[in-house]
Amino acid sequence: MSLFSKKNKEVFTAPLGKNNPVTVQVLGICSALAVTAQLKPAIVMGLSVTIIVALSNLVISLLRNTIPNRVRIIIQLVVVAALVTIVSEVLKAFAYDVSVQLSVYIGLIITNCILMGRLEAFAMSNGPWESLLDGLGNGLGYAKILVIVAFLRELFGSGCLFGYRVIPQWCYDHGYLDNGLMLMPPMALIIVGCIIWWQRAHNKDLQEQ
Amino acid sequence: MNTNKNSYTFIYASIVVIIVAFLLAFVSSALHSRQQKNIDLDKMKQVLASLNVRNVKDAEAAYKQYIVSEQLLSADGSVATSTQPYQMGEKGGDKGCAFLCTTADILDKRPVFVASVDGQTKYVFPLYGNGLWGPIWGYVSLNADRQTVYGVYFSHASETPGLGAEITNYEKFQVPFGGKHVMKDGSVALSVVKNGNVKDAEFEINGLSGATFTSKGVSDMLQKDLSAYAAFLGVESNQ
Repeated sequence: MSLFSKKNKEVFTAPLGKNNPVTVQVLGICSALAVTAQLKPAIVMGLSVTIIVALSNLVISLLRNTIPNRVRIIIQLVVVAALVTIVSEVLKAFAYDVSVQLSVYIGLIITNCILMGRLEAFAMSNGPWESLLDGLGNGLGYAKILVIVAFLRELFGSGCLFGYRVIPQWCYDHGYLDNGLMLMPPMALIIVGCIIWWQRAHNKDLQEQ
Repeated sequence: MNTNKNSYTFIYASIVVIIVAFLLAFVSSALHSRQQKNIDLDKMKQVLASLNVRNVKDAEAAYKQYIVSEQLLSADGSVATSTQPYQMGEKGGDKGCAFLCTTADILDKRPVFVASVDGQTKYVFPLYGNGLWGPIWGYVSLNADRQTVYGVYFSHASETPGLGAEITNYEKFQVPFGGKHVMKDGSVALSVVKNGNVKDAEFEINGLSGATFTSKGVSDMLQKDLSAYAAFLGVESNQ
């Protein structure tokens, strides 16, 4: 089977669209609410999760025939926890500001349902290459939603993008105000809800009869 | 091979754990010095921020430029220890005595950073206290008269974004501290009061609306920590 067969492409692209982990499977919502007040941490979080899902999918897939069935969840957790700890240490050494901003959420990647979901549902029964693609796809699918939500929240919540002011001063002079609610977690949930609404309205497959 | 045997499971789990432990230990020790340097640079930036030196690219050089010495004071306000400011070096560098203090040491050791900004002496005092959800901390710098606030810097671990977290807002919350006075009749009078309730503008700052507990936390932190320096602040500097 070739590396980029139709099936493999499907494995990679499905989570970006019709099978998105956040908007369709509704996984990983907790961190999607927590780190999306600004774009920069959202992007770093998205990339960190992508790297960790892809690598842990790969490792578990390579080990899948040797893992004793009774302790498989524990082995998955150990692999995930080790990778998360390494990512967190690397961030502290090379992107200190970002690691301060993400604080506990990097550690909480361990409990991100997307990880355990992909390991248990995909990596335990598929080869390493497919698992890597699946991990990348799901991580990027998650990152995509985070970036959309963070873009809207930072733009309307603080009038900035990446910390730079984009809404011109004369808007404020004429009475425009930043929407403080945008910065609160409930608004992230509402935006995610709107994205789900939009996606379902445009995909007949996703609509229940 | 039967992967469901007890002995296999046991050995497998042990090997996995040992490999992971070695891996993590290796990563941790390989990155430790870099991480410590980041933490130190961050602390320098915070000290400098209280001197209204913000957004510096090279915190190390700026720290060297502005900070003259680091001191520990005794209870009567005299200087107990005085060292050179932190010099970064090959092996973690030579830390000054004030730099070495943890936040818990403030009340015991009374660390002070002595700075010189445009030829004027400034004193920087560290602060540490509690906000609504977790710790808050900061630095306050005073002019050579040891009475007038020159600048402040506050930060927090987990205050609510948009409300309590606004204590980090430079224009909105930190700038108004400039020019306020600290001591009145021998005790610390500098405080944060409920928004709109400022009675004595010489000592009081408007709190943040919607963040009553965090504002109170800042006020308590100023009172408690600066009280430790009362003897030092009560004496006019000769310089």
